[in-house]
Amino acid sequence: MFKYKIVRASAPVWMRTLIPIVAILLSFLITSIFVIIAGANPLAAFYNFLIVPLSSQSSALEVLVKSTPLILTGIAVTFAFTAGYFNIGAEGQLYAGAIAAVWIGINFPQLPSIAILPMMIVGGFLAGVLWALIPALLKVYLKIDEVVTTLLMNSIIMYFVSYLLNDYWRNPQSGYPQSPDISAAAHFVRLIPKSRLHLGFIMALLVVVIVYFLIKRTPLGLRMRASGANAAGARFAGINVSRTMLTAALVSGGIAGLAGMGEIAGIHFHLIEALSSSYGYTGIIAATLGGLHPLGVALAAVFIGLISTGSQTVSLALGVPVYLGDIVQATLLLVTLGMLLLQNYRIERR
Amino acid sequence: MDFIVGFLNATLRIATPLIFGTLGELFCERAGILNLGIEGTMFFGAFVGFTVAAKTGSLMLGLLAAIISGILSGLLMSLLAVKLGVNQHVSGLGITLLLTALAMFGFNIAFSSNRVLPSIESFPQIKLFGDIPILGTIFTQYGLTYIAILLIPICAWILYRTNFGLNLRSVGMNPEATDAAGINVYRLRTLALVIGGGLIAVGGAFLSLAQLGSFTFGIINGRGWVCIALIIFANWEPIKVFWGALLFGGVSALQLRLQTTGIKFPYEVFLALPYIVTIIALSLAGRNATYPTALLKPYKRE
Repeated sequence: MFKYKIVRASAPVWMRTLIPIVAILLSFLITSIFVIIAGANPLAAFYNFLIVPLSSQSSALEVLVKSTPLILTGIAVTFAFTAGYFNIGAEGQLYAGAIAAVWIGINFPQLPSIAILPMMIVGGFLAGVLWALIPALLKVYLKIDEVVTTLLMNSIIMYFVSYLLNDYWRNPQSGYPQSPDISAAAHFVRLIPKSRLHLGFIMALLVVVIVYFLIKRTPLGLRMRASGANAAGARFAGINVSRTMLTAALVSGGIAGLAGMGEIAGIHFHLIEALSSSYGYTGIIAATLGGLHPLGVALAAVFIGLISTGSQTVSLALGVPVYLGDIVQATLLLVTLGMLLLQNYRIERR
Repeated sequence: MDFIVGFLNATLRIATPLIFGTLGELFCERAGILNLGIEGTMFFGAFVGFTVAAKTGSLMLGLLAAIISGILSGLLMSLLAVKLGVNQHVSGLGITLLLTALAMFGFNIAFSSNRVLPSIESFPQIKLFGDIPILGTIFTQYGLTYIAILLIPICAWILYRTNFGLNLRSVGMNPEATDAAGINVYRLRTLALVIGGGLIAVGGAFLSLAQLGSFTFGIINGRGWVCIALIIFANWEPIKVFWGALLFGGVSALQLRLQTTGIKFPYEVFLALPYIVTIIALSLAGRNATYPTALLKPYKRE
C-alpha cells in the first residue's frame, strides 16, 4: 500500500544534516506560543532573535563574545560525555577557574602580560581540575553517581563565591559584592577595536582543535570513545576504563575552568556572583546539539550565543522577558534529543 | 532546652519539601527512570502554586495547580524518556532548564506591574499537640509537613503491599520480564512519573505557599539535587528517606542556630554544610547502594 517504509539503519547524510535545521524550526514554532502569551508577534520576535544581532558588525561580534564561554563549556561536557562520564558540574568548575584567575590577577600586579596570562590559564585549568576531582574519584573508586555529586558541587562553590565576595575580597569602600580588579596586564587583548571580542575566543577555538585531535587521533581518544560506547567491551579489550574516565573527567573540569578564566580576563576583570549565566548547563545543550563532535559543538555554541544575544534584542524591542531565550534553548535541546532518534532510521523504497 | 526544641521544629520544617521531592523521585526511579527534571519541577511547582494563589486568593487552588503542573512535567518526561526512550540524564536536565526558564518568564509576565516583591498570606501552622510544652512547640507545623510524614508509611505500603507497587518495582528491575507477564511497561512508567511529578511539585509549592509566602528565583536552590542524593543514601527505601531528609534538615537547622549564636565564622560555610554532608553521607552509604537494575535503560518493545 505504501511505497516507502522505515527501517532500522544508519540515516543517510542528508537526513543527518537536516535534523538540526528541522529541530531549530520546530523549536521556534513551539516557543512562538510563549511569544504570543507575552503579547508580541512571533515573526517580529524571531526576526529580532536571529536576524537583528547579525545585521551589524558590533552585535555580530557580541554573538561571538557570548559564545566564547559556551564553546569551552560545550567542549568540556563533550570531552567527559565521550568517555561516558556525565559531568554536569561545568558550572561549578567554571567558577573554580574564575576564582583562581582572579586570585592570580590580583596578587601579582608587577608581572607583565606575557607572564601573568599563562599563569592564569594554567591556574584556571588546574582549579577546574581540582573542583572536578572529588566527584571523579568518588565515581571511579566508590561507584558513586557523578551526576548527583557534580550537581551538589555546583551548589557548594556558589556559597564559596558568596563568601569570597562578601568577606575575603569585600571592598570596604564600595560595599559591592565584587572582588578587586585584576591588574591591567592580566587583561586579554581585544581582537577588534571597539568590540568586546577578546583573546579568549582564540583560546576557545584552539581548545576545540586540540580536543578534536585528542578525541579523534590519539590513543587516549580511542580509549575514551571505547569506554563511552561500551564500557564492558572496552574493559574486555584491556582498556583501563576507570583510569580513562578519570582522565576525561579531570580534563573536562579543566576546560570548564578555562571558560571561567576567559570571562575574568576578557570581560569582567573581577569576580561577581552572576559571572556565568548558566554557561555550564548551556554547555550540555551545545554538546547535545553538536552531536558530541567538537566542531559541531563549537558551531552549536555560536548558535546558542546568537539566541542569547537575540533574547536581549527581543526584550528591548518588544518588551518580552529575556527568559524567552532560555525557553528557546531548552526547547531546542529537548526537540533535538527527540529528533536524534531519527538517526537510527532510514526511509527505503519498498 | 529551647535550643533543642527549636532545632527539632526547624528540622521537620526544612525536611518537608525534601520528603515530598524524594518520595516523588523514588516512584520514578523505582520504575527505572532517573528524573533529573526534579529541580525544575519543584521550581515550576513553587511558581505555579504561588501565582495561582496570589491571583485567585485561594491557597488550596494554588496547591492544586502546582500538583497539575507537576503531573504535566511528569508527562513531558514520559514522552521523552519512556515513549521516545532518549537519554534520561540529558532529557531530565533539559526539562529542568525548560521549566526554570518558563517559571521565570511567567513570573515576569504575571507580576510585571508589581513594584515590590509580591507576597501572599501563607498556610497557617497547626498545633498538633495544642499547648503542651516541648511536644506542642515541636509539632507546631504546616499541614503539609504532617502530610509528608504520613506519606512515608503510605508510600512504603504502596510499594511493598500492593499489586501496583510490585509491578512498579519489577518494571524498574526487569522490564522485559514484566512485559512478558502481560503488564504495559510504558503505561506503568508513565504513571510512576505522573505520581512522582505531582509529589515533587508539592515539595516546591510547600516553600512558596507555606514556608515563605513568596516566590524568588533562588527558592529551590539545589534542593532537587539533594533529593536525588537522598534516594541513593536511602537505598530506594521510603522509610529510610525519612532519616535522610531529617539528616539534611537537621544540618540545615543547626546551621541556622549556629549563625544566630554569633560565633565568628563565615556563615557561608554553614550554608554549604548540608550539601557537603550530603556528599559525605552519599560516599558512606552509596557503596552498598542497590540501584534498580533497569535505571537509565530505556525500554523498547521489539
